[in-house]
Amino acid sequence: MEINTEMDRKGINLMDYKEAGLTRNEYETLKNALDREPNKTELLIMGVMWSEHCCYKSTRNLLSMFPAKGKNVVAGPGENAGIVDIGDGLGLAFKVESHNHPSAVAPFQGAATGVGGIIRDIITLGARPVASLDGLFFGDISKQKTRNLADGVVKGIGGYGNPVGVPTIGGKTFYSPRYAGNPLVNAMCLGLVEIPKIISSKTAKAGQLVVLLGSKTGRDGIAGAAFASTQLAEDTKTSRPNIQIGDPFVEKLLIEACIELRDKDLIVSMQDMGAAGITSSSSEIAAKSKVGMILDFEKVPLRENDMEPWEIALSESQERMLLIARPEDMEQISEIAQKWDLDSAVIGHVTENKDYLIRNNGKIVADIPASLIGDGCPSPEWKMTRPASIEKRWNFDLEDLPENTDMQKKLLSLLKNPGLSDKGCIYEQYDSMVQTNTVTGPGNNDTSVIRVKGTEKLIAISMEADPWKCDLDPYRGATETVGRSIRSLAVAGAEPLGMTNCLNFASPEKPDQYWVLNECVKGMADFCKQVECPVISGNVSLYNETINGSILPTPLVGIAGLISMKEDLVSSGKWQEGDHIYYAGMPNPSLAGSYYQLLITGGISGRPLPFTPEAEQDFLDRAVKTAKNRLVSSGRTIKGGGLLVTLAKECIASEKGAAFDMNIPTRKDVFLFGEGGPRAIYSVPRSKVVAFKHQWNGFPILKIGEVRGDRLLVNNDIDISVVELTKAWRLK
Amino acid sequence: MITSVIIFPGSNCDRDVIHAISENTGTKVESVWHKERVLPEGTGLVVLPGGFSYGDYLRCGALSARSPIIDAVKEHALNEGLVLGICNGFQVLLETGLLPGAVLTNKTLTFICKKCYLRVERNDTPFTKGYKKEQVVQFPIAHNDGLYFLPPEKLENLEKNGQVVFRYCSESGKTDPEFNPNGALNNIAGITSRSGNVLGLMPHPERASEDILGGKDGVIMWRSIQRWIERE
Repeated sequence: MEINTEMDRKGINLMDYKEAGLTRNEYETLKNALDREPNKTELLIMGVMWSEHCCYKSTRNLLSMFPAKGKNVVAGPGENAGIVDIGDGLGLAFKVESHNHPSAVAPFQGAATGVGGIIRDIITLGARPVASLDGLFFGDISKQKTRNLADGVVKGIGGYGNPVGVPTIGGKTFYSPRYAGNPLVNAMCLGLVEIPKIISSKTAKAGQLVVLLGSKTGRDGIAGAAFASTQLAEDTKTSRPNIQIGDPFVEKLLIEACIELRDKDLIVSMQDMGAAGITSSSSEIAAKSKVGMILDFEKVPLRENDMEPWEIALSESQERMLLIARPEDMEQISEIAQKWDLDSAVIGHVTENKDYLIRNNGKIVADIPASLIGDGCPSPEWKMTRPASIEKRWNFDLEDLPENTDMQKKLLSLLKNPGLSDKGCIYEQYDSMVQTNTVTGPGNNDTSVIRVKGTEKLIAISMEADPWKCDLDPYRGATETVGRSIRSLAVAGAEPLGMTNCLNFASPEKPDQYWVLNECVKGMADFCKQVECPVISGNVSLYNETINGSILPTPLVGIAGLISMKEDLVSSGKWQEGDHIYYAGMPNPSLAGSYYQLLITGGISGRPLPFTPEAEQDFLDRAVKTAKNRLVSSGRTIKGGGLLVTLAKECIASEKGAAFDMNIPTRKDVFLFGEGGPRAIYSVPRSKVVAFKHQWNGFPILKIGEVRGDRLLVNNDIDISVVELTKAWRLK
Repeated sequence: MITSVIIFPGSNCDRDVIHAISENTGTKVESVWHKERVLPEGTGLVVLPGGFSYGDYLRCGALSARSPIIDAVKEHALNEGLVLGICNGFQVLLETGLLPGAVLTNKTLTFICKKCYLRVERNDTPFTKGYKKEQVVQFPIAHNDGLYFLPPEKLENLEKNGQVVFRYCSESGKTDPEFNPNGALNNIAGITSRSGNVLGLMPHPERASEDILGGKDGVIMWRSIQRWIERE
């Protein structure tokens, strides 16, 4: 083999493996596999490809706990996103991905390119993106710095999602000072594809061409993936060159061009270029297709002429796709690219052997076995220790909490809490209706719902996280997180199709933090197994900490569910005058890690409710049947803020009052403000009350009130007009 | 009736308006790429759809107004053919000069997407015949630059000529400033040419054309157009 020796010598002198981001062990593994010293370009490539962001080395073992199989799964983990079969020959592709570090440094561009990246993951499968959701976690919103950052992130999401024409139909917003220096921006996208038209990244064959489609390659975002896999520097300004710049207009052209190419069957295989750019996309195709590849870098269209091969290899310039095409199709491909004003260039070809070879003007600059790049990274064995402080966190005696008298004041305070109040100022900046499929968009709803044109079907999507409870007890918190999402779908009438998740955690290198991560994954996996919800895709974001501390453990889940007929949808906020209101669920929630506890005590403590698999399953089955048998006018699960906040939100959304005379079986504040467990509020038309009670026979339900008038009345505690509730919730 | 929906690079409501018109009128709808120079034979209605043509670069609609197809659209308008511009399509019409005025960035300085009430000011146009005069309808808006602007004299003329077709209002039809989402002068949401055959509006009737999407007020517009063209 002929290697550019000058570069090699220079490389070793200039380039230490640590600078490339490799550990000693990784460097040795690489050297042994190559049977020689890697050169500079190779070291830099491997530094990025073996970063946590690209190869999940710390979490590979953990992720294997998730159930990946299921009767509807068409594509699971390993592809760019998972796909589930929704019937009628259609597949639903979806995935969530983080863009946390870039958003901390450059809120607008960081969030914008996060949206762009996840949309390209969906396009890569040959699917048309149909909806987006966003999980946003910010610091204390009363601080100007947080407000500026949040404003930039929201503008970035809208600034990208709106022009691209993918509606933002929901999400999750959460505030805690623990995110002050390290906000989280998780973007989820869903797409629809006719199953025979799905494009795989595993189908390249020798003799086919490697084609770049989209923007030119520049110096932006070089080694961004490696940047995402380290702790954030205190002065984030120095990280600016790691940030990519997005152009939603080009992305929109790319979507249309890819769909046209797909429809004309001109794409053999495809990968988007996100993290680690050309290297990652091409080597992944080579490794998954079990072929070799030769790339000629002088053929890559560049923004700047004097780029080094390693810069070309690792540039994260946005809005580019890597296609594998048959030689005879190239003419047609160029014509379609030209129609959409996009660059296209053949930059290499697929070979029989298993070598991944990069040449520049004929000289070899890198030569690595493709399989090594993809799967060769040794998994580090992080130590795990249960933190000694965990029992201390569980120390919460209800007796110490004075039983509150002014419930109304507390309710109003909670409705004004930024985590529970109206998020209109965020979601009204997003186009939530483009594509005309949005049945339930963002706002005062339990789930987001889109319809599938040409069918009777609806898809319900719920995004959830519960970081406080994960902080108190990672296993229980994680089960509650999945529970929140899946219960909302069931109440809407949807059967779960699959889950995607984003694991946002601090460094795995600290044993107690790795334990938290492990417990959370275990909790999520156990819930998913119990309810047979496959985990079809996901993303891991570690090292979310600054010198001021780490974020709350934040596993975020996005679950999609199917409603076969639109008449089966149960919405929230649809109270009808005279309906009976039922509470379904156990009457003993917990104040541990609740909004109420934080409001009263200024902190969180205690142990959240344990996971009760049978009760969860029973609740989900009954909730779906309740929807299918069309027994209720409105339904809403009880989540953040507890029962009273849920009732208030139903009043606000329904623009109707209700009178409650509850025989409270536990302590009043616990029953009214406690959180956790499978619980929901249903409003039942009088004519359906008997059937409803029959449906829930054997599960604890309680008639608590009736829809009536324009005031919310609860025992002797609450007497307030719906108008006043609405004003508080809207912060007016 | 044949509708031609012009597709510019960056249009993103083209498929929505095609769906709304074909589902609600059962008539033929053709997609026309902006680089074409002639409209399909028998075109009765030309729609310039919403979206972000050319990424809103330079000025919203400015680049699209110079697309090859625009000459054919102007000719269609001169020959009393119907032209409808929705959102970005309205911005394109302003840039072509087929409609007077300009739109500026919303007074909130943000993109706004929400349902809005509009008062139908004229029901004698081909687009609005099916509405009652002063009927309040609900169409969503979704734009960053929708503040309709004209210098005072020209605005006065526009009003005098009765060219204002839709105005932002309350649920009961009040046009107080608080019901104006974007700061448009005189709450103007949509205007017509003097001859009445060109209509431009910021709100999206195609997003209000099915019960499952939360409203059907837009359907009346499609049916009005259909009746107008088929009667001709």
